[in-house]
Amino acid sequence: MREYMTTRDIVGPLLLIESVTDVTYGELVELEYPDGTKSLGNVLEVNGDVALVQAFEGTRGSNPSGTKAKFLGRSLELGVSRDMLGRVFDGLGRPNDGGPEIIPDKRLSIYGSPINPTARDFPDDFIQTGVSAIDGLNPLVRGQKLPIFSGSGLPHNELAAQIARQAAVLARSAQADAVGEKLEGEFAVVFAAMGITFEDADFFTQEFRTTSAIERAVLFLNLADDPAVERIATPRMALTAAEYLAYECDMHVLVILTDMTYYCEALREVSAARKEVPGRRGYPGYLYTDLATIYERAGRVKGRAGSITQVPILSMPDDDKTHPIPDLTGYITEGQIILDRNLHRRGIYPPVAVLPSLSRLKQKGIGPGKTREDHADLSNQLFGAYARGLQAKELAVILGEAALSDTDKAFVAFADAFEDRFIRQGKHEERSVAETLALGWELVALLPRAELKRIKDEYVAKYLPAETEA
Amino acid sequence: MEQGKIVKVAGPLVVAEGLIESKMYDLVRVGAEGLMGEIIEMRGDRASIQVYEETEGLGPGDPVDATGAPLSVELGPGMLESVYDGVQRPLDVLERMAGAFLARGVTAPGLDREKLWEFTPTVSAGQRVTGGDIIGTVQENVVIEHRIMVPPSVSGTIADIAPGAFTVTDAVGHLKTDAGETVALTMMQVWPVRMARPYARRLSASEPLTTGTRVIDTFFPIVKGGVACIPGPFGAGKTVTQHQIAKWSNAEVVIFIGCGERGNEMTDVLMEFPELVDPYSGEPLMKRTVLVANTSNMPVAAREASVYTGITMAEYFRDMGYNVVLQADSTSRWAEAMREISGRLEEMPGDEGFPAYLGTKLAAFYERAGKVECLGVDGETRTGSVSVVGSVSPPGGDLSEPVVQNTLRVVKVFWALQDQLAFQRHFPAIDWLTSYSLYLDKVAPFWKTEVSEEYRGRRDQCMAILQRENELAEIVRLVGLEALSPEEQILMETAKSIREDFLQQNAFRDDDQFSSLKEQDLLLKTILLFHERAIEAHAAGAALKDIFVAPVRERITRAKYLGPEDIDQYESIASDIETQLVGGGTDEDARAVYAGGER
Repeated sequence: MREYMTTRDIVGPLLLIESVTDVTYGELVELEYPDGTKSLGNVLEVNGDVALVQAFEGTRGSNPSGTKAKFLGRSLELGVSRDMLGRVFDGLGRPNDGGPEIIPDKRLSIYGSPINPTARDFPDDFIQTGVSAIDGLNPLVRGQKLPIFSGSGLPHNELAAQIARQAAVLARSAQADAVGEKLEGEFAVVFAAMGITFEDADFFTQEFRTTSAIERAVLFLNLADDPAVERIATPRMALTAAEYLAYECDMHVLVILTDMTYYCEALREVSAARKEVPGRRGYPGYLYTDLATIYERAGRVKGRAGSITQVPILSMPDDDKTHPIPDLTGYITEGQIILDRNLHRRGIYPPVAVLPSLSRLKQKGIGPGKTREDHADLSNQLFGAYARGLQAKELAVILGEAALSDTDKAFVAFADAFEDRFIRQGKHEERSVAETLALGWELVALLPRAELKRIKDEYVAKYLPAETEA
Repeated sequence: MEQGKIVKVAGPLVVAEGLIESKMYDLVRVGAEGLMGEIIEMRGDRASIQVYEETEGLGPGDPVDATGAPLSVELGPGMLESVYDGVQRPLDVLERMAGAFLARGVTAPGLDREKLWEFTPTVSAGQRVTGGDIIGTVQENVVIEHRIMVPPSVSGTIADIAPGAFTVTDAVGHLKTDAGETVALTMMQVWPVRMARPYARRLSASEPLTTGTRVIDTFFPIVKGGVACIPGPFGAGKTVTQHQIAKWSNAEVVIFIGCGERGNEMTDVLMEFPELVDPYSGEPLMKRTVLVANTSNMPVAAREASVYTGITMAEYFRDMGYNVVLQADSTSRWAEAMREISGRLEEMPGDEGFPAYLGTKLAAFYERAGKVECLGVDGETRTGSVSVVGSVSPPGGDLSEPVVQNTLRVVKVFWALQDQLAFQRHFPAIDWLTSYSLYLDKVAPFWKTEVSEEYRGRRDQCMAILQRENELAEIVRLVGLEALSPEEQILMETAKSIREDFLQQNAFRDDDQFSSLKEQDLLLKTILLFHERAIEAHAAGAALKDIFVAPVRERITRAKYLGPEDIDQYESIASDIETQLVGGGTDEDARAVYAGGER
């Protein structure tokens, strides 16, 4: 064991340790400060005999002369086992629910390895979340990474919890015009909290407890008053556990990461302490690559039964979608569910801003056999009609309702009904995809039939409810 | 070869000392596992090396072995249908060697050393050949005949050459140079990626590269040998547009570089291309495709190299006389890789932290595109082309950022994707007002002879209508549609028809994803005929609202779903327009049909 008392500088979360030998990049370090505080750290840079170490649990209590640094010769690892299910850990993977230590089945580096693109299996199993705004328009697919872009004060936690509670996969249906049954499968939730408040974390824990989902959940909690730099490790801990459960225990794992904004801020803190050349808004230039090493750990692998689906949550500073964090996230993830403050103010839950939300994998996850043959066309039509309805409403604000043509008025009525009946639903209301589609057809029936340009004629003939109104 | 020692490790950058004889951009092997790296800076005997694999576990004192050669790719039979990472490691082979996850230090040559290829010589002993001459062919697959060429810098007399089955490294024959040396001729050539392959002459390109996407082919065409960029915020459809071009463009070979993008997107291509049928050859699309996949979570230095790996392959196929399309998705990730490496080198940054040489590198890359007269003097002159389509992912959709701006200086076609259009599900979300193509006049003669005399005129008329719509839209927003004159209202209606019935195209609908130039022309013709007849009918006394609900509009709306075999339907639509749009007359019928929803 190599132990040194040769710390020279301490800057923010970083320590510069001199006269070290055989230190490698990424190596794990155990730090002990003169006041007895301990912290784990890892090597960010090694230059000759000088190592730059980031302390995950902060540098409070350290000083250059009295700090002990022990280099452990391995990288940060997580001991994994099936027994992790039902347990709560801290941000560095240590039990914090008062339970016993996990006896690991194996120890895995938390950094993982990239999935070889040729070994990936394309995500195309529809996940029924029971939420119309998602299932109907921006469906989630097994192996997808679909973040929720939110803002402070918006009900992203409720929505994420609802998804975690209701998510189910449907059996492949033999008929193009019928939806398959819900399938029971080995299903797990891995939850990683980064910098969120105790109350937010408690909401999830209680939610999991009351629905007894806790038995198939693994929680990693780094709360707002926990060390910030530890957050850099937390999502990787969670994903390492998820990979083990998915690829070795054949489980379908839903990973909820919240809040990615605090993760990125921790990264910025380290970058600033290293005096790196900043990119936009002070975030490091490698933020995209760093985020990709988290998000890209979602997916499916050929020949393995399990899958990892990610629902990261991030709060957009000032609801600004062009802020680097949501921006770079959107470039990596396969779509985004955006929550809208106006809908929320009008009391519509879930306040999903349908138009800018997007699920990139929906084309693969819906259609005959997976959901129903008319799903894609219907969802296109709903999108188009809602967009047009909102445009007409804008026009009405300027010119008055009277200036609208009859067709435009129909679209306005559609948009209102769409928000009120399709987007709005209860926090504990679970709508099957068949119910969601039926609702969609009821709504498009409000439009003149000639306007249903995006739906194939045969589907219009087959599914449009018989004349209810003109 | 000399060996150096690591003194510093910082992420993907390693500094080693003791590499005195090595040169800039030489390939080195780092650490005990022999990780691939490239020298990118030299100070005294200290070399900065960007490493193409994860550097965790490396430390001072670890060895660095020089190879004395620059980063190169292997060119020869076996490239098609392959999937490579950014430094040409075959990913399918790595999967067989190391499993589903990429392991460090596992490597395999770019071309299969075992596989035998049936070689047929096209020259005979005693014949004089120079660099670029074709000496034989290999039918690589049913679609592509691989033409084996003399390496660019070699010339002499063929000493012997024979048909038969060979591996890529076997000598298929020998050549005696003028200096009297004997050179073995193999099917494989090795070429440094950062150096453009030579050609005889650059040519001006004028033949359109058709993509089957109407807004591109008709409004903003690109030529074979042209350069285009697709900037747009996330979710606007860059990748779908790139995929459409890879699938349906009339090039012979497609090189698709997934540069720092999503893993699932590469999987999508990998699973879909072997299934999809190339409309030109009738064979699976994969047979004409080479994939370079360096996804966002794969090592960042290899991402930097991936675009060079891709374009060198493209140039090689060009040299055989093929038209090649190279697609880089996304060049922003490539630029970010440069920024990341530059940051680690502690270089003084330019705009937004990007290195000061960003513009130079981008320009040099795009300049490797073009139509050329190939090297070689055998028989008639061969021409080949490389067209480059690069997508750009500007942060926040802000087109003033450095990568977009530096790209716009060199590309001739600009397909601007707009998120507003994407929100309205107007796809492809290419903004017709800000996009441009500088190749319009170049393709005009081709259009005239191959499509129709009027195609260009129709295109320009439609563009003018769309422009006018934009001006009028402002008025409509303020005072309402009724404030416009009847002619203007008709124009607004026609513009809407152009947008919805022509520009909008569903990439996921079998009957809509591909439109031939002829069909595009007919569709424009139909829309414009309606426009003219509507003006005439109104002048003859028909009410606007009756004109706008004429039953034939339904047929126009669905005309884009007609296949090539239904081309005669356009005539029947035209005759419907003629009969339905006359002064007075059919209003009542039209209304009845509209209300009943029949067709």
